[in-house]
Amino acid sequence: MAAKTTLLARLRFALWGLVALAAVIAGALVLGHMQEAARQGASLPGAVRIGGEFELIDQNGKAFSSERLKAKPHAVFFGFTHCPDICPTTLYEMTKHLEALGSKANDLAVLFITVDPARDTPEQLNKYLSAFDSRIIGLSGSEAQVADVTKKYRIVAEKVGTSDGGYTMNHTATVFLFDGKGTLVSTLSWEEDEKTRQAKLDRLAERG
Amino acid sequence: MLITHKNLLLNIAFCATLVVASIMTIVAADAHGYSREGLEIKHPWTRVAPPGAKVAVGFMKITNTGKEADRLIGGSFALSDRVEVHEMSVTDGVMRMGEVKGGLEVVPGATVVLEPGSYHLMLMGLSGSPKLDERVKGTLRFEKAGDIEVEFAVAPLGAKSHSDKNGSPDAKHEHGGHDMKHHH
Ligand SMILES: [Cu+2]
Repeated sequence: MAAKTTLLARLRFALWGLVALAAVIAGALVLGHMQEAARQGASLPGAVRIGGEFELIDQNGKAFSSERLKAKPHAVFFGFTHCPDICPTTLYEMTKHLEALGSKANDLAVLFITVDPARDTPEQLNKYLSAFDSRIIGLSGSEAQVADVTKKYRIVAEKVGTSDGGYTMNHTATVFLFDGKGTLVSTLSWEEDEKTRQAKLDRLAERG
Repeated sequence: MLITHKNLLLNIAFCATLVVASIMTIVAADAHGYSREGLEIKHPWTRVAPPGAKVAVGFMKITNTGKEADRLIGGSFALSDRVEVHEMSVTDGVMRMGEVKGGLEVVPGATVVLEPGSYHLMLMGLSGSPKLDERVKGTLRFEKAGDIEVEFAVAPLGAKSHSDKNGSPDAKHEHGGHDMKHHH
């Protein structure tokens, strides 16, 4: 009787051990898969496509088409110059990252697209961007052109009125990283530390 | 030349005085504050703004040392037309910003921090960029305490705190000197 109980107890113990082991393996597999998926970005099953063709005007008043991004890795982010904190900071950080990349960044296209074309004319973008790395391309256009590109990049961009009758904008602040085939491979976020962002950009510049 | 014991001691004392004096200067330059009506304002600061920028931000720490709650409802800034109290947040990659309706409350004993990525004074209708290391006059308007005069220290573009010197020292004129734009 006593021997039988002990045997059962041991068996139960062994089974629970197996369950725990299976859980650990499953966890590791899921985690690995998630990391891989995160690394590959757009290859997530069922992920919506971000990006697409567009026609805009650069800060020198010249037409800029998405054709120019063919076979070029590129970083794309949206903002506006009436933005006091996140936009100048992101541009400043991008400037530092490009400096760190040096000439390796020459084949990388970095686009800052305005969500506020009414106030961010090419001239305004030109002035504003003169404080940052000259490789950053500032893009504006007609309201329709900007609406088209924000839709294709699935950007949130909404006007919020201020008490003086003016407005500010809520907008997606993520930096999207695309490879030369136009596939979204990673993103940079505001909360990430500088080293992580730099590593992602280094990898993007290398993969071409 | 002989260094006497007395000479050596004098030298040490002199050096020590220099070190202490320079530390005091640094501390004095780095921390400035204002207090009135049970409110303590610590280190109001802003950042160099890019050329053409029409807005800038003001940050500080406000501690209520009094017995009554008060609210920061606005203020003024020498280089801007108007000042609003704003809240900013980033959720799921979307930056949202807007006025803090009714002002920012500071209850007795509490410290409210205005800092990058969070509460800030929105300095609107900028007539020019604040220059690095200059002090810009302004006021903070409280519902009960009224107007408190302050000076905003100016940190570099991209600075994350008032003591962050890693930012760009000047938005406009530093392309050659600073290592900002050296790859052409
Ligand atoms: Cu604001």
